[in-house]
Amino acid sequence: MDLYLSTRHEGDRTVIEVGGEIDVYTAPKLREQLVDLVNQGRYHLVVDMEAVDFLDSTGLGVLVGGLKRVRAHDGSLRLVCTQERILKIFRITGLTKVFPIHQSVEEAISATD
Amino acid sequence: MTGVQAAGSAAAAGHAPEGDGVSLRFAPLPEHVRTARLVAVALARRAGVEEGLLDEVRLAVGEACSRAVGLHRSAAPGEPVLVRFAPPGERFRVEVADLVTGGPVPKQDEGGDGESGLFDPSGVEADMGLAVLRGLVDDLEVETVPAGGVIRMGWPVHQPDYS
Repeated sequence: MDLYLSTRHEGDRTVIEVGGEIDVYTAPKLREQLVDLVNQGRYHLVVDMEAVDFLDSTGLGVLVGGLKRVRAHDGSLRLVCTQERILKIFRITGLTKVFPIHQSVEEAISATD
Repeated sequence: MTGVQAAGSAAAAGHAPEGDGVSLRFAPLPEHVRTARLVAVALARRAGVEEGLLDEVRLAVGEACSRAVGLHRSAAPGEPVLVRFAPPGERFRVEVADLVTGGPVPKQDEGGDGESGLFDPSGVEADMGLAVLRGLVDDLEVETVPAGGVIRMGWPVHQPDYS
């Protein structure tokens, strides 16, 4: 299975829907997408991970990189994830304290810091 | 070397033959890591690792292989990464060996959450890969040997499925 990405704008928020496997092979595609969005001036990103089947540390690294980029512009990067096996990876790396993780895209879009 | 090779024993790697274990050697290319994960899950299932642990096997073998691929790409791109699955036994045992001499991956300052400096994805990922492995796998050894490094992992086995 490959990685698929689709992007839509909701006001000043951009929702990136991610599906498939995020690993050492596919993560560069996600990195490129996040970098492109920031370069386009989109600094409030919501990454919807509900259709992700597999995530490894390479994927985590890309998300951390995205977070650093948007924070440099006072932006935000929120995750949508309810899958226990994916959440577990955020938990064991301590990244649940770094990323706001939401139950739904709607919740992430309406969230404010 | 650009492909994946399966071998019936670990003899090809210069180690003693391990009976009916399985070895996988692959060129250090990111696209082969998924193949290694798929093989690991298939063998774990067959060995009798319980269904609830297969995700852990998949992630752990993937992490170890990604790390080895990263090390080889920077220091030994022509050398294959080797994964050895021990023959059926009391535990499902996997070894992932890299041939990169020079010890463990250099540590980065923090987990990538800092505000300063440029993002270095390779460093963050290499560090996070080990963090994931340490948090995930109870039976884990990370060893540096003169020829490189070996990550050994094991999982309990319940009912083998040889169907």
